[in-house]
Amino acid sequence: MKFGVVVFPGSNCDHDTYHVLKKVLGEGVFYIWHKDTSLRLFDAIILPGGFSYGDYLRVGAVARFSPVMKEIVKYAKEGRPVLGICNGFQILLETGLLPGALIANDGLRFLCQDVYLKVKNRDTVFTNTYEKDQVLKMPIAHYSGNYFADDEILKRLHDEDRIAFQYCNADGDVSDQINPNGSKHGIAGIFNENKNVLGMMPHPERAAEKILASEDGLGIFKSLLERN
Amino acid sequence: MMWKAKIVVTYKPGILDPEAKTIQHALGNLGYRHIQEVEAGRYFEVQFDKTLNKEDTESLTKEICAKILSNPVIQKYRYELKEVDE
Repeated sequence: MKFGVVVFPGSNCDHDTYHVLKKVLGEGVFYIWHKDTSLRLFDAIILPGGFSYGDYLRVGAVARFSPVMKEIVKYAKEGRPVLGICNGFQILLETGLLPGALIANDGLRFLCQDVYLKVKNRDTVFTNTYEKDQVLKMPIAHYSGNYFADDEILKRLHDEDRIAFQYCNADGDVSDQINPNGSKHGIAGIFNENKNVLGMMPHPERAAEKILASEDGLGIFKSLLERN
Repeated sequence: MMWKAKIVVTYKPGILDPEAKTIQHALGNLGYRHIQEVEAGRYFEVQFDKTLNKEDTESLTKEICAKILSNPVIQKYRYELKEVDE
């Protein structure tokens, strides 16, 4: 399988993502410079974490206007898989491929810690190697991870089974106490309508090897392989 | 004469603005009373070239505010246009 990992000025999880796909999974993976516009070759596109354009203006706001993003919108509209991790999620929201916005964490702190996530929907190209309600452990590392959407959008996300992950405790309980950043309904990741676009704040690529104390993130990349 | 847009982008009502809340809290800690609410935002000045008249300036200002300077999901904008010397 051929993965494309987009590189913006300021991306910093591009190499981690590349490493997991290439070395851990032995798959084909290529960097896509943000000025490139040819995506035909790729079976899935990943927007990695980082601080594209120094987070100037708003997180993800400037990356949205990179030449590659126009092509990624087309690519996604064709139903092909696009995964945005952390800053990649922020970019997908600014682009409008996903609804809502990410604002500063409730406590106004950069959060760098392991969290537990509950798998809300496993019938997608990104989550089919998990069980429904399975609890995953992976790290978050963000300042703007506080998911916001109005009540109408939140209702649609629930009704259409578009919530991918919610923050929870080790037993899978979702509550305000366990919510690390103030996200509405404890949302850590969402799908688009067709569920071929996933945006998530936690970092699966940082939980994909034994030496990193969790391999729970690997399932997302493996799910994409299963689909092929 | 040329036109300049002075643009302020702030959060919509009901959206938590943690920065403003922190500033408000800090003011309280410093002993300032009678402060009911603090709003924080971003300020931009955009200088247009002399080919634009007021009408064009206004529509272009609205466009860039909606398209890039603000995120309409969480923010609102206001602006004023000023005529300046070249």
